[in-house]
Amino acid sequence: MQYTSLKKLRVIISLIFFVLIALVFIDYRNIIPEEFARGALYLQFIPSLLKFINLLSVSVVGFIVVLVLTFVFGRVYCSSICPLGVFMDIVSFISRKLKKKKKRFRYKEPHNILRYSLLAITVIFFVAGSIYFILLLDPYSNFGRIITYFVNPVIILVNNGVASILGSFNVYAIFPVEIQSVRFELWIYPLLFLILVTWMSFTDGRLFCNTICPVGTLLGLLSRFSIFKIRFDEENCTSCGLCTRACKSDCLDFKDQIIDYSRCVECFNCLPVCPSEAIKYTYKKTKYHNSGIKKIKFDSLPDDYNKNKRKFLTLLLSVFAGSAIGSIKQDTQEGYKDSTVPEEKEFPVTPPGSLSIRNFTHNCTACSLCVSACPSNVLQPSFKEYGLTGMMQPFMDYHTGYCNFECTRCSEVCPTGAILSVQEDEKKQIQMGIAKFVKENCIVHTEKTDCGACSEHCPTKAVKMVPYEDDLLIPEVTDDICVGCGACEFACPTTPFKAIYVNGHSIHEIAKEPEEEKLEKPVGEDDFPF
Amino acid sequence: MKRREFVRKSVGAGFVTGTALAFGSINNLFGKVPLPDSPADLVAVKGGNPGQMFDRGIEALGGIEKFVKPNQTVVIKPNIGWDRGPEQAANTNPHLLTRIIEHCFKAGAKEVSVFDHTCDVWTKTYKNSGIEKAVKDAGGKIVPGNTEGYYQNVDIPKGVKLTSARVHELILESDVFINVPVLKHHSSSRLTISMKNLMGVVWDRRFWHRNDLHQCIADYATYERKPDLNIVDAYNVMMRNGPQGVSVSDIVNMKTQILTTDMVAADAAATKFFGSNPADVLYIRKANEMGVGEMDLEKLIIKRIMI
Repeated sequence: MQYTSLKKLRVIISLIFFVLIALVFIDYRNIIPEEFARGALYLQFIPSLLKFINLLSVSVVGFIVVLVLTFVFGRVYCSSICPLGVFMDIVSFISRKLKKKKKRFRYKEPHNILRYSLLAITVIFFVAGSIYFILLLDPYSNFGRIITYFVNPVIILVNNGVASILGSFNVYAIFPVEIQSVRFELWIYPLLFLILVTWMSFTDGRLFCNTICPVGTLLGLLSRFSIFKIRFDEENCTSCGLCTRACKSDCLDFKDQIIDYSRCVECFNCLPVCPSEAIKYTYKKTKYHNSGIKKIKFDSLPDDYNKNKRKFLTLLLSVFAGSAIGSIKQDTQEGYKDSTVPEEKEFPVTPPGSLSIRNFTHNCTACSLCVSACPSNVLQPSFKEYGLTGMMQPFMDYHTGYCNFECTRCSEVCPTGAILSVQEDEKKQIQMGIAKFVKENCIVHTEKTDCGACSEHCPTKAVKMVPYEDDLLIPEVTDDICVGCGACEFACPTTPFKAIYVNGHSIHEIAKEPEEEKLEKPVGEDDFPF
Repeated sequence: MKRREFVRKSVGAGFVTGTALAFGSINNLFGKVPLPDSPADLVAVKGGNPGQMFDRGIEALGGIEKFVKPNQTVVIKPNIGWDRGPEQAANTNPHLLTRIIEHCFKAGAKEVSVFDHTCDVWTKTYKNSGIEKAVKDAGGKIVPGNTEGYYQNVDIPKGVKLTSARVHELILESDVFINVPVLKHHSSSRLTISMKNLMGVVWDRRFWHRNDLHQCIADYATYERKPDLNIVDAYNVMMRNGPQGVSVSDIVNMKTQILTTDMVAADAAATKFFGSNPADVLYIRKANEMGVGEMDLEKLIIKRIMI
């Protein structure tokens, strides 16, 4: 029982990482400082690796730390640092509490074809310049999406419920927050993923980590050679089988004293259960130590796995179809006629600091941290803006918000380097796109009344009001001082098409600074003008 | 309970106001002869800092006690629309708000709340404008304005285009309503002063922009829950590139303040600082025609104070 405290330590560290990372994602009031967020995510393998490749900077070596940790201690990353791994442990823990018959793990052969194929596809795609499979399979990014898409709305809903109760007593310390409404179609993948992960961990511990997760498979290649390992001591072993029952990776066979180190996540669950000190976590080779795998048998996934998956897919598709039919056109306001010219955006707008669509889409794993961190709600997961392989990578959605002129939050929190850190002054001149004015849709032109909402919201006055018919003023865009923040597009009141919208740049440019002219001396400076 | 009570009250009030208005504007009803205790229709102060000017201005208007009675709740509506620092004068001067709140408490106010339905992200504008701190330090309460749930539908019977609007509950529930706009150039409405500032107490502003902005501003100004006092902050005035401004070069240190109960008069007087004629600002002319107040400064008793 000497290893109880080692296991406890693992659990504590796991929970600390899990809670910290979850908080970074949940932080809808932007309370957590950016440095703290960066620190909490520093060791996340895929983001750190991507940022390192992108920047070639020694300041982002989190993934190297992980590799070193793995070489010394085995796959502790999977057990303690990966938030999705900890989530699966929590599910597994709950499943053990729920089930009347105590869950007994047993040794199973690895699904080698599947796991190595997925790793190979991920690596090949990445080397070929596509991040697509990383985006789909990276555990950290999937965890982030699950929090952003499903957990945050619930938390904000609760927050808003409490706020509205307090509000009715005129207490406003807790205030309502706008729920980020992720497009429903985008739920499909993260939801399927969540269901898959939950189901796999509910029924079979760390099956996901050793079958699907490319990070797990990759670290597994290294952990075979790790210095510290779980090792059998045959002399003491009574073949009671308690260790195998406790192994959530199904990688420990007490009968032949086999431990598959490529799958062991160093959870240490097997250690304290051994009544005879026959299993140890040590760097010393024990007698009859048997490394690797006895025989390799290629299993496919269980039958009901595919059946269940199909069932969920049909369910989701049917719900999705229903929602598409159910979308109702809103009534237009009396007096005002609908705008007629559709917006034609050549490129979507990528966030400030992302440099170009190419840089952004090649480095973004769609973890959606920027989506939950954006105080203006302008960053939204994309649907088809970047094409199929870019689905869920965020874009600047100027129908839900606009980029706050002074804000650099997304660039500060992005862990992958898809959005690079920018200074506040520098950011104010990043031209993400240019506003395009469509006179045919504009209120001033169609209704012959003043409006100017676009110009009002423009932080650089790139959108200026100039004289038009009958003393009216109509917008005009000065391209070279426009930063493409989308304030004009957001504020434009026309429906269904906006009279001004931002066309993204495929490569960001630098806007000119607005010119400062000297003011004429106003009439009332020294005396009352009346 | 509170809301129901309010609805009952406001229906009654609406009836009375409606009847009164049928006989002409409130101003006409009470006559133009200054009574000994009603010193002026409009007070204009010049030359001091915002706090000093308020002290002198409110004194000339009969003191804050005329507007705020002991145990009353007060709502102050400044302009906190933009994520800009105080030096850029895109928002109401925080020092002025501090002084107003101090006066309210001195008069025995139970609670002083401050909010705005901002354009930029409200948590940022409240903070970076310096207003959140100023209000809290003075003992006032900061209330969020960017939540639809706080807005309640009201009818605007005299409105031409805007016949109903959702209005922040604080405006409807508070005993005293003080409007504290900052005078600025404005790309949509030409100038933003008292009446335009009230766009920040309603929820759906896009409707206004779509349906004749000037008419909607004037329409809302006819709504019976008018500010009990308007204090126009013209200490630093954004002369161009409004309502946000691009840099401090847009600002003139005008060191002025206008205090009045009449929004139209306030806006008309403030317009003069831009060298404009009040009638040229369409919503001022419309509000004047609709009997909201008086834009002809000749007809007003104006008290000018130079510090």
